[in-house]
Amino acid sequence: MEEFVNESGVVTKPLNPEAATEVDMQASYEQHGSGTVGEIYVDDPRMTCRNVNVYYGEKQAIFDVNLDIGKNQVISMIGPSGCGKSTFLRCLNRMNDTIDVCRVTGQIKMDDQDIYDGGLDVVPLRASVGMVFQKPNPFPKSIYDNIAYGPRIHGLSDNAKHLDEIVESSLTRAGLWEEVKDRMDQPGTGLSGGQQQRLCIARAIAVSPEVILMDEPCSALDPIATAKIEELIDELRENYTIAIVTHSMQQAARVSQRTAYFHLGKLIEVGETDQIFTNPRHKLTEDYITGRFG
Amino acid sequence: MNNNLQQQHDRTMVRVQQGLDRRYRQEKRFQRIGLGAIILGLVFVSFLFISIIANGYTAFQQTYVKIDVNFDPEMIAPIGETDQEVLSKANYGGLVKKTLRDMFPEVTNRREKKVLYSLVSTGASFQLRDMVMQDPALIGTQQSVWVLADDDVDMLIKGHIDLNVPESDRRIKNNQMAWIQSLQAEDRIEKRFNTIFFSAGDSREPELSGIKGAVHGSFFTLMICLLISFPVGVAAAVYLEEFAPKNRWTDIIEVNINNLAAVPSIVFGLLGLAVFINFFGLPRSVPLVGGLVLALMTLPTIIIASRAALKSVPPSIREAALGVGASPMQTITHHVLPLAMPGMLTGTIIGMAQALGETAPLLMIGMVAFIVDIPGGPFDPSAVLPVQIYLWADSPERAFVERTSAAIMVLLAFLISMNLLAVWLRKKFERRW
Repeated sequence: MEEFVNESGVVTKPLNPEAATEVDMQASYEQHGSGTVGEIYVDDPRMTCRNVNVYYGEKQAIFDVNLDIGKNQVISMIGPSGCGKSTFLRCLNRMNDTIDVCRVTGQIKMDDQDIYDGGLDVVPLRASVGMVFQKPNPFPKSIYDNIAYGPRIHGLSDNAKHLDEIVESSLTRAGLWEEVKDRMDQPGTGLSGGQQQRLCIARAIAVSPEVILMDEPCSALDPIATAKIEELIDELRENYTIAIVTHSMQQAARVSQRTAYFHLGKLIEVGETDQIFTNPRHKLTEDYITGRFG
Repeated sequence: MNNNLQQQHDRTMVRVQQGLDRRYRQEKRFQRIGLGAIILGLVFVSFLFISIIANGYTAFQQTYVKIDVNFDPEMIAPIGETDQEVLSKANYGGLVKKTLRDMFPEVTNRREKKVLYSLVSTGASFQLRDMVMQDPALIGTQQSVWVLADDDVDMLIKGHIDLNVPESDRRIKNNQMAWIQSLQAEDRIEKRFNTIFFSAGDSREPELSGIKGAVHGSFFTLMICLLISFPVGVAAAVYLEEFAPKNRWTDIIEVNINNLAAVPSIVFGLLGLAVFINFFGLPRSVPLVGGLVLALMTLPTIIIASRAALKSVPPSIREAALGVGASPMQTITHHVLPLAMPGMLTGTIIGMAQALGETAPLLMIGMVAFIVDIPGGPFDPSAVLPVQIYLWADSPERAFVERTSAAIMVLLAFLISMNLLAVWLRKKFERRW
């Protein structure tokens, strides 16, 4: 055990699968509390989270999470309801700031800048870490204004023509341009659920973020719309780093390169998606993905 | 065991059947009570409306008398005189009296003459003066002029005077009756649409009084009230709902805003009297102070409605805006406020409608004064509609009864149209999420 886990309970070296199977997972879990098994580090991280704790008032929701989010990768977060995966995701762009009683400790760095540092402004952070929510939430404005809103408030466009280009390229990347190009002035709320969600993705893209957070983006959509979004996520990976929370293990397996399994506020296991789903090292992960609970 | 269960089930069914009738009876009874309550309410409302309209509709007509005026140069001014000063100072009252004497030459008794003169309104002399001042060429000519009848004559023509009452108790005496009948025989009496009611201020003479002054006063008062209470109310609501930390202080503030909404309005009047008039030295009876007082009274209504409207904006919209990097201020001004605005406006209109009908606090700040002039701005003394109604309801003349009802009709029309506007706004901008 000692060679894998340091004092703070963080696994310091990527475990090789053979070695992992020999470790008594349950024992390591109990012994180190929040100790995570698997590769929490990546070579080329976009965001690094160290010892992140989140409290809702007195209640602690996240315990000592250490996780790297790799560049141009999709990392999915899975786990049973109430395990804290959404809470953790919302820490990454300080969306939890909107909740009065919520308190975050630890370190979340993006490009060597601690995003919870007092001096950091949350506005540029949210411009570079975009977010797509569970329920499609387009503004009750026209399709054009939905996309143009972000660039407008950040002053990204030099003129009206440039703004048009941003809107078009964002919609194109979100795979929505062909469907809506003739009705840009109609309300975004009039689109179908799947189109609305892609509109929200386009809206997030329009401000050219580096990271896109997705909080169960397909849970309100039918299978066909879901497939489109998943396809889109795969394409977006080229240019963006994506962290996605999902209830669907199949979805996690389809879209992500890395998977993190959360349980009761603790990050239990993280690793290559293939490995997590075919050869989980932790008993809890195994129980979850084989459907014994959750 | 099985048998036992079956028995139990049978017993249950019997019990259910027994209780069923009672349950349905209860439901029927409940429905009937509800229906009865609504019918009772409708009866009261229709009774109110019928009695007001029945009392007041006659006020929209006014009786006029045609008199043949000889614009005698000796009584007014020499022919060719155009100096407005001279023309305005002539004795037009005497001209009216002379005209009436000429029309009824049989009246010679001094007392009878006095009664004769009261056939037409004192406003008749002003009417003749205005005619002459506008067109001095009238001097020296003979004209048939429709002038206002006195309010008693008006009441008689409208049938509000009971002729079975003994003469001594009647406002219209027998000799007046005879003159009026002779005038009617010559088609010299006519009822016309009452424009004076809409174009004049208050007056001691019912036939010369109107609601324009009160309508203007109400308008200025409401404008002041709106200008103050809407921005302050919305700003307070936005701060409390969006920015204020949730702690004991904001809880106390919230409770007190709700308490403020329940404070009797006359207390606000006293407060206005003490603060605005005594302390700040603002003038009495002016719409400015009235508006300030009503703004204090309307604030809680607007704040509560605005907070409810802000609360009803779904959090997903805020998250969406924050998620693309909008600052809290931008989130509110770009997204939350526009979505909450219909609700805020609805609350504001309801508050304004309340303020429009408010009387008690305005009595305290002197807006109950008898004011004839039509106010030209919020700094001129004026009355407001509900106070005008109060004043007229207090007046003894029979003709003021119908004017009171007519003014109530006008006030109700304003209130109903404001409430309809609120309903329309709510319907038009209602969103479903």
